Amino acid sequence: MTATARETVLRRVRDALALSDGPEVTVPRGYRTGRSLPDEERLALFVDRLVDYRAQVRTCTAATTAAVLAEVLHTHGARKIGVPPGLDPAWLAGFDGETVTDSAEVPAPSLDALDGVVTGSAVSCAETGTIFLDGAAADQGRRALTLVPDLHVCVVELSSVRTGVPEAVAQLTPEHPITLISGPSATSDIELERVEGVHGPRTLAVVIRTDR
Amino acid sequence: MSSPTGPATQGTFLGMPAVPPRSPYGTGHLRGERSFPRAAHDELGNEQLRRNLGKATHSIRAKRLAVTGELPDWEQLRDTGSAIKTDTMNRLPELLEQLERKVTERGGTVHWARDGVEANEIVTRLVRETGSDEILKVKSMATQEIGLNEHLASQGIAALETDLAELIVQLADDRPSHILVPAIHRNREEIREIFLRHIPGVDPALDADPARLAAAARAFLREKFMTTKVAVSGANFGIAETGTLAVVESEGNGRMCLTLPEMLITVMGIEKVLPRFQDLEVFLQLLPRSSTGERMNPYTSLWTGVTPGDGPQEFHLVLLDNGRTAALADRIGRAALNCIRCSACLNVCPVYERTGGHAYGSTYPGPIGAVLTPQLAGMHGAKNDPNSSLPYASSLCGACFDACPVKIDIPSLLVELRHQHTEQSGTTAEKLAMKAAAAVMKRPGLFTAAQKAAGLGRVPAGRDGTLSRLPPPLNGWSDSRDTPAPPKQTFRSWFASAEGAAAMRAAAEEGARHTDDAPHTDDAPQEES
Ligand code: SF4
Repeated sequence: MTATARETVLRRVRDALALSDGPEVTVPRGYRTGRSLPDEERLALFVDRLVDYRAQVRTCTAATTAAVLAEVLHTHGARKIGVPPGLDPAWLAGFDGETVTDSAEVPAPSLDALDGVVTGSAVSCAETGTIFLDGAAADQGRRALTLVPDLHVCVVELSSVRTGVPEAVAQLTPEHPITLISGPSATSDIELERVEGVHGPRTLAVVIRTDR
Repeated sequence: MSSPTGPATQGTFLGMPAVPPRSPYGTGHLRGERSFPRAAHDELGNEQLRRNLGKATHSIRAKRLAVTGELPDWEQLRDTGSAIKTDTMNRLPELLEQLERKVTERGGTVHWARDGVEANEIVTRLVRETGSDEILKVKSMATQEIGLNEHLASQGIAALETDLAELIVQLADDRPSHILVPAIHRNREEIREIFLRHIPGVDPALDADPARLAAAARAFLREKFMTTKVAVSGANFGIAETGTLAVVESEGNGRMCLTLPEMLITVMGIEKVLPRFQDLEVFLQLLPRSSTGERMNPYTSLWTGVTPGDGPQEFHLVLLDNGRTAALADRIGRAALNCIRCSACLNVCPVYERTGGHAYGSTYPGPIGAVLTPQLAGMHGAKNDPNSSLPYASSLCGACFDACPVKIDIPSLLVELRHQHTEQSGTTAEKLAMKAAAAVMKRPGLFTAAQKAAGLGRVPAGRDGTLSRLPPPLNGWSDSRDTPAPPKQTFRSWFASAEGAAAMRAAAEEGARHTDDAPHTDDAPQEES
């Protein structure tokens, strides 16, 4: 009987290790972990990084969320927006356009007809200006929803913003579909000149809630 | 414990390790048609290429230094990254089995491919079973290495690249010249021409503004994203602990391909596995900062098997050997497998900067390509194998080692590879190195200037305070005399001094006289003379 590719590759790996033994290592973890910064510093750092990536940033409180979201959507001329099924309806109380609740049954190409999308977020990293979306969370929705429309308005709770990458990664549920977003879609493929919005949303607007 | 093996190994004792095979000769893109000096010489005629490259590498270099300098724990992250990769290689069998188990538990299917031919067949069969004759591609080194697109085309399946640069390269029927920015050798006017000629229905008034060129690609690809049923990607990381795959990108074409089609096929080299989910916290800091000089790339997708109601409902992972186990069996190759393909070493290399990626003849160009390619595909696959010239495609200035986020000591590996090659071919390393240097730098004076600029910091002075051995290509000179060096000075600072520069110049001039002075016109392969 001939060996399967699986058996062969695994045997080759074992043979290779027998022929050249690498140094035993213990992985040092001397880099920074478990950092925390006071709210104000974290917010300032996060905003600085988001702006550097040409995301548009607004802050609000629980009380002003609806008004700020309505204003952001209005500024971008968004009349028809998609939302994940678990998004807090109170957030959109000030929006007078059409709201379409997404579900797995909606064919992805039809998302192209939306002017924009509003979602929550799972966790963020201040130091890199990165927002993590958890596709299994009811207020963030499936991955296609935040990808196909041209405008993504993302609501971030300041309490969910972590200082660095290790602190943020530790909050994730690995098995969920996760998307890390740092600014809008961008390319530098033509003479290294940065162009925003190739295939993902051309505009990322981040609304940071400083309280709940 | 050993299972019965194929006919080729019958007769060996069970359990006796056999040297794993290299990537088979004549398949895929791990070997050019001409030796490096010869190819480099032709590329040097391309002024446009050199201007674009110079601009690109310098600007990425500056950005990279700025964002790595921002992290006070950068060196610790490099140490951790390096140790995680070394640990991974040590435990590769168990990690691969764990990855397979986790992906399978989560509704994915895992395939194993001994080489590129087998991987291509697996992908072709999976695509056929869907009834589709077109697929979308996410930029991936592994699928380039095995020549997947060409194979699919020969089977009547059209594979469309969706990364903007890869699309430009594909439409122009060209080859990528940089790991990260594959179309860096093209300028905007050329790209406009390519789009006008090859994108169906493109606006004939399209101008050469990068934003409008990108918009034209967006419009062309959007419809494809919405209608194509199968996508093929590579993977930056595969997490054994959880079965999670990761793709790091900028444009969103990756997200489109990973999310919208019904079936996703991911081809991943077996060295890309990482032990723990937590390890991402290290590599998500090392990779973007080293690669594009950004704090984080715009998009990273993480997925684990199949998620009902979200993304492709069928997921296949193809684990690719194709010479990786041969590399693993060798000390040099094993170190080279730690590479996370960030391309930082390309951007700091004075040789790459002058020749561009095509001269290396392989999917993997630049300093790491010069090590990895011969390890995956061998240096003696043919008479005058072009790969045997790759270890000489370097000035050994050490900049690549300093830049590498996982601390691969590329210069030392190149020196060892040169040694392996000359032992087998019976010729001298310095002669070949000077040929390569002369071809790349045209005049030896330029070569020494490049070395000086980059800083040659790799040779300690001997106990008597002299440098009795310079690294190749300069050791032909130092073999016959001792180079005085003040004992308290590092080689680097000695090298930067007027005295050091003069000594180097003399060495290079002398070396050039030893190279038959014919690196530019000799059509025959130049090694093995
Ligand atoms: S060898 Fe190091 S610097 Fe070069 S591409 Fe690989 S990881 Fe990056």
